[in-house]
Amino acid sequence: MTTAKIEKLDRLIEATATARDAKTGSLWRQSIRRMRHSPMALTGAIIVGLFVLVAVVGPWVAPYDPTAQTWGREVFLNQNIFPGPRPENWFGLDHLGRDMFSRMIVGARQTLLVGVVATFIGFIAGAFIGGVAAAAGTFGGRWGERVEAVIMRAVDVALAIPMLLLALSVAALLGPSLRTVMIAVGVAQIPIFARLLRGSMLAQAHSDYVLAAIAIGVPKGRIVVSHILPNSLGPVIVQATLVLATAIIEAAALSYLGLGNPDPGSAEWGTMLADAQRFLSGAPQLAIYPAVGIIVTALGFTLLGEAMRESLDPRLRRQE
Amino acid sequence: MLRYTVKRLLQLSVALLGLSLLLFAWFKALPGGPENRLLPENATDRQREALRAALGLDEPVWTQYGEFLGRIVRLDFGSSLSSGRPIATELAERLPATVELSLAAMLIAVGLGIPLGYLAAKRRGTWIDFGTVSGSLLGTCIPIFFLAAMLKVVFAQELGWLPTTFRLTAGADFTEVTGLRVFDGIITGEFDIAWDAVKHLILPAIALSSIPLAVIVRITRASVLDVVGEDYVRTADAKGLKPSTVRGRHVMRNAMLPIATIIGLLLGSLFAGAVLTESVFAFGGIGSFVYQATTERDYPALMGFILVIAVFYVVINLLVDLSYGLLDPRVRVRK
Repeated sequence: MTTAKIEKLDRLIEATATARDAKTGSLWRQSIRRMRHSPMALTGAIIVGLFVLVAVVGPWVAPYDPTAQTWGREVFLNQNIFPGPRPENWFGLDHLGRDMFSRMIVGARQTLLVGVVATFIGFIAGAFIGGVAAAAGTFGGRWGERVEAVIMRAVDVALAIPMLLLALSVAALLGPSLRTVMIAVGVAQIPIFARLLRGSMLAQAHSDYVLAAIAIGVPKGRIVVSHILPNSLGPVIVQATLVLATAIIEAAALSYLGLGNPDPGSAEWGTMLADAQRFLSGAPQLAIYPAVGIIVTALGFTLLGEAMRESLDPRLRRQE
Repeated sequence: MLRYTVKRLLQLSVALLGLSLLLFAWFKALPGGPENRLLPENATDRQREALRAALGLDEPVWTQYGEFLGRIVRLDFGSSLSSGRPIATELAERLPATVELSLAAMLIAVGLGIPLGYLAAKRRGTWIDFGTVSGSLLGTCIPIFFLAAMLKVVFAQELGWLPTTFRLTAGADFTEVTGLRVFDGIITGEFDIAWDAVKHLILPAIALSSIPLAVIVRITRASVLDVVGEDYVRTADAKGLKPSTVRGRHVMRNAMLPIATIIGLLLGSLFAGAVLTESVFAFGGIGSFVYQATTERDYPALMGFILVIAVFYVVINLLVDLSYGLLDPRVRVRK
């Protein structure tokens, strides 16, 4: 997908770089004003807000302990009998007799954590690589340009490998655990962030304020860190929103492949969904709750990210 | 054009060399190492040493890397730890199943995606647009393995409309030509086999097509939106050309460039999705093999797969970049 991915990333960079010159208000204020009228942005924001709320307060409001089992009294695993929704357990019980509703709202926090940590890993490592490449290419002279070329070639190759495969290889190295999932999904995002930040920084490198800073003799390191970098983060933040959604889905896929959390007690949507595959024909509700959780959350982040991207794109705005 | 091609080929070989180094390092860093996987837990140190020597693990790292490269070039990825058969053979045997599944999924994605994307672009800002875009976003948000499993439960197990697993009904008598069952059935005149194969393809193909479909819808929409705003489209409209002519010759023809590109590239990414889909339907392609290799920690098999896919990807990327010149006269002039 390299070329398509690269085109998309470049366009995002171009979008934010151009929009900055607009006369009225800051870039973000403008885009927020546009997003207020977009049903996509509103839906996304509401979903993300609700999800974060549940993730924060979940463990305190859960009616039961998400790991407490009422094993053997009502659940008959071999006969595929699991109590469904009822007044005392809104979502019914799972295969170990645990309250599904409690597991869902407690699991939101773990799920958010997986997404945020994975995105953070990709963001930090990718931004570092991309930032070094851009700085070397802009201020490093001929050698710097070579360093940049080598780094970006490597990034392009990494960008070409399907994300799931990249995550799979990392996960094979580290052994199955929730930490593995976070690292694996995070590592798979590094090339995207690297390419995005580099492009965005290069777009800023020729602007007037950088020229002014060079002219008054600001050290090059400081120009990069305190002038170019803060102004280049726009597209990267938009991308991070989109990556959060992917991270949650990829994490579930890795759990399904048996590389996720081996501890069956933990409440995390991806692990719950993977576990529930065994009972799909007898008790599909066990899979449907976490699946809907994952789908809706991922959709929320995606809607928000796409709306942000679209509101920043001057080419699409022109036609309004 | 020739200079460009040679330059890209050189870059390609450097990239592949780097990739092989990375894979070798990955393979060496795997926990446990192959000797622990092959020997029983109570093996003595001498047995371990003997096996390491037999596998060449006691040689210097660079010698090992050289041998590793040599084997890869000869397509010798070693034997699968779980089946004991050569990995290259396993992959080659299973390739037709995955190719057939991927093509079917792509057919669905293209056939639905382009018209839907066009419609969304034409009705930009309306509820049709919002619905199509949200639907395509939803498509990227459903974990494939869950979608596949739900399709199987609902349409195969509960309703019984379609078969649950495998590529043909068990015991079906068929003639193997290319390994693509539908195609084979048609060219040998065994239409009942072809129809049976189609029925087995439908559910996995729908599950696998969810992401490419979503991507194609969005690319088509974005691409059409880009083109619709161009001056030549307005000119064509102003000249009084028939809307269908404008749509066909001016809008879609130009909008097709990025769409064609993405279709080629998506074919490669389908292999990753096939890992998840095939495991649900026991489809018996490369995906099933990799799923098994992953769950059983069959690292040589996994490495063979990653290597093949990576080469496939890099080569497709090269072809796509080169084909830009053929597809788009503007690119040709610039070079």
